Amino acid sequence: MADKTSSNAYWAANIRVITISLVIWFVCSFGLGIILRPALKGIMVGGADLGFWMAQNGSIYVFLVLIFAYAAKMNKLDKEHGVDE
Amino acid sequence: MDQFTLNLIVVGLTFALYIGIAVWARAGSTAEFYAAGQGVHPIMNGMATGADWMSAASFISMAGIIAFGGYETSAYLMGWTGGYVLLALLLAPYLRKFGKFTVPEFIGDRFYSGGARLLAVICLIVISVTYVIGQMRGVGVTFSRFLEVSTDTGLYIGAAIVFAYAVLGGMKGITYTQVAQYVVLIIAYTIPALFISLQLTGSFLPQLGLIGSYAPSGGDMTFLAKLDSVVTELGFKAYTGDSANYFNMFLFTMSLMIGTAGLPHVIIRFFTVPKVADARSSAGWSLVFIALLYTVAPAVGSMARLNLSTTMWPAAVTGSAFSGPAISRADIESKPELSWIRTWEKTGLLAMSDLNGDGMIQYVNEPADLAANTKAMGEAKAALAKAAEADKAGIEAKIAELTTAREGLLAAAQVGTSGKTFAEMGLTGNEVTKVDNDIMVLANPEIAALPGWVVAIVAAGALAAALSTAAGLLLAISSAISHDLIKGSINPNISEKGELLAARVSMGGAIVVATYLGLNPPGFAAQVVALAFGLAAATIFPVLMMGIFSKRINKEGAIAGMLVGLIFTSVYIFIYKGWFFIPGTNNLPDTAANYFFGISPLSIGTIGAVMNFLTAFVVSGATKAPPQHVVELVESIRVPKGAGSAQAH
Repeated sequence: MADKTSSNAYWAANIRVITISLVIWFVCSFGLGIILRPALKGIMVGGADLGFWMAQNGSIYVFLVLIFAYAAKMNKLDKEHGVDE
Repeated sequence: MDQFTLNLIVVGLTFALYIGIAVWARAGSTAEFYAAGQGVHPIMNGMATGADWMSAASFISMAGIIAFGGYETSAYLMGWTGGYVLLALLLAPYLRKFGKFTVPEFIGDRFYSGGARLLAVICLIVISVTYVIGQMRGVGVTFSRFLEVSTDTGLYIGAAIVFAYAVLGGMKGITYTQVAQYVVLIIAYTIPALFISLQLTGSFLPQLGLIGSYAPSGGDMTFLAKLDSVVTELGFKAYTGDSANYFNMFLFTMSLMIGTAGLPHVIIRFFTVPKVADARSSAGWSLVFIALLYTVAPAVGSMARLNLSTTMWPAAVTGSAFSGPAISRADIESKPELSWIRTWEKTGLLAMSDLNGDGMIQYVNEPADLAANTKAMGEAKAALAKAAEADKAGIEAKIAELTTAREGLLAAAQVGTSGKTFAEMGLTGNEVTKVDNDIMVLANPEIAALPGWVVAIVAAGALAAALSTAAGLLLAISSAISHDLIKGSINPNISEKGELLAARVSMGGAIVVATYLGLNPPGFAAQVVALAFGLAAATIFPVLMMGIFSKRINKEGAIAGMLVGLIFTSVYIFIYKGWFFIPGTNNLPDTAANYFFGISPLSIGTIGAVMNFLTAFVVSGATKAPPQHVVELVESIRVPKGAGSAQAH
């Protein structure tokens, strides 16, 4: 196993990435798709209002981007901290 | 060639393919049986996870639920996909690094407790068994609709196929079969959707069609505006209308998300990839393959809904529904493009009745009071048919009373936005008496007049969706029995060969039990799904997450948290659905007016999860910290290095 300080820094960096990702995850699905929908009725995505589109299609695209972005970022962090396989 | 022969050939070919894969991918060791030798490519694993996850419910039922529920049912779309973000970020990579075979094994090791492991096994078995019943039913029902055999015969055939590849190949056989099943089911789902989207919106991609313009009226109106205007004219709620309860929708979506991330048969899929980095990307690939179906589903549902409405009111295609006559019974009987109505009437999933005897079928929504009268009338008439001679007079009096009340209701109730009452329009009620949700996907190719081979592929796709999920669930059950119960507590010294045999025998046993339950489903099968998601959300997800992200949560905290989540969630569901789902034992009626803070039993998993977290923190804080070797275990699963060597056990 890598030395203690290095793996602590790695874990702190990981937690930071997870926190940012989960904020985006929450805002796009629960935020735009549910809570804020009534307030955002004026913004249209094609024939749908933004909240409706996020709830039926948009949030799924955001989830996809989030997972791959997280995987790429973590691969980089793994290498930087010398904990990759 | 007739449709039946075509269905038989296509379904037969896919089954031959699954068996072929089973023979090729036999498992030779427990590592292969439980985790496919941890050598599955992340993209292949993603496809297999997609098939594993997308059940008969996703394939057959979801689009129909969305078609009739509209915006509010987006909870399913977000919930059943957003859970993969939680899996990829919070669970999959660490559990892969842990490098063992089952979810209870992690819980037992991390919380240094056989009791915690046993509790996890119980939760896992309750969750997976309830799920598998639905899949076995799905197999039987699909067989009976497309291949003209009884539901029971269909179930036996399905069970025999799963038996062949799951017992022989374990996770290895299941994974490669699921890859093939994914391909079959996604083709079956998307082909009709592409053609229908092209017909209705001029856009080949259903995702763009959904937000595009409505083609048949010249494209001056968006598709969604057209759909809303047609369904509201007929008296239904607008498809894009607001949610009746945004708070409950929020909790329901969250419950489905964390429930998804806590389902054992999904989690164990990430044990099959070679490296920690692969577990992360494999969750992304899984979602790519799931999103292919899930982003198409709202288009399938909404377009089928519009097609159904304009079929019933042909004038609605270009103008308002009531500007022309409703569809006539004579047309339904004679026109070839309407033959799908006759086909599906035969199955009982679609029912029409010319109540006012005008030769036409008027499809409108009955307002709440009128609908309540219709329901009471139906129940009274059914009771009359079964009643003993002595009771008949009372029931007949009741029917007479309802009939009088109905006169008044028909004179007062408006038909949608027509500005006229039911009486003024000469209507005595909604003449489309039943539209089953499932029809929206199953009849789709026929509604769009697509060729027979597309219908055959939809049959094969529905079977692939049900079989692939059943196999994944059966593996989760059998590995919990052979690995967690037999090797974990009953006989820890069992040899590798003995454990593999035990795994195969438990798999066979699980299939026999699942088949039995599929043949004799408990009356409550549908409601139990709420329990499965609620329990996964309230027990397994929190305990796994805390096990990874906290070094302080100890044995006492984890067990107390799981018990509180388990008991709280089940009790809340039992209060509305009946104790242990026995009809009539519910304490409160299962309607929105009686829910605490408007929270439905479907959404309660979120609250159960919060209680699990809180309990675990409080109890752990008050008791002794975990021993040093557990702290080291947590530190080791947090870094990817060394995962390859950790698999030996």
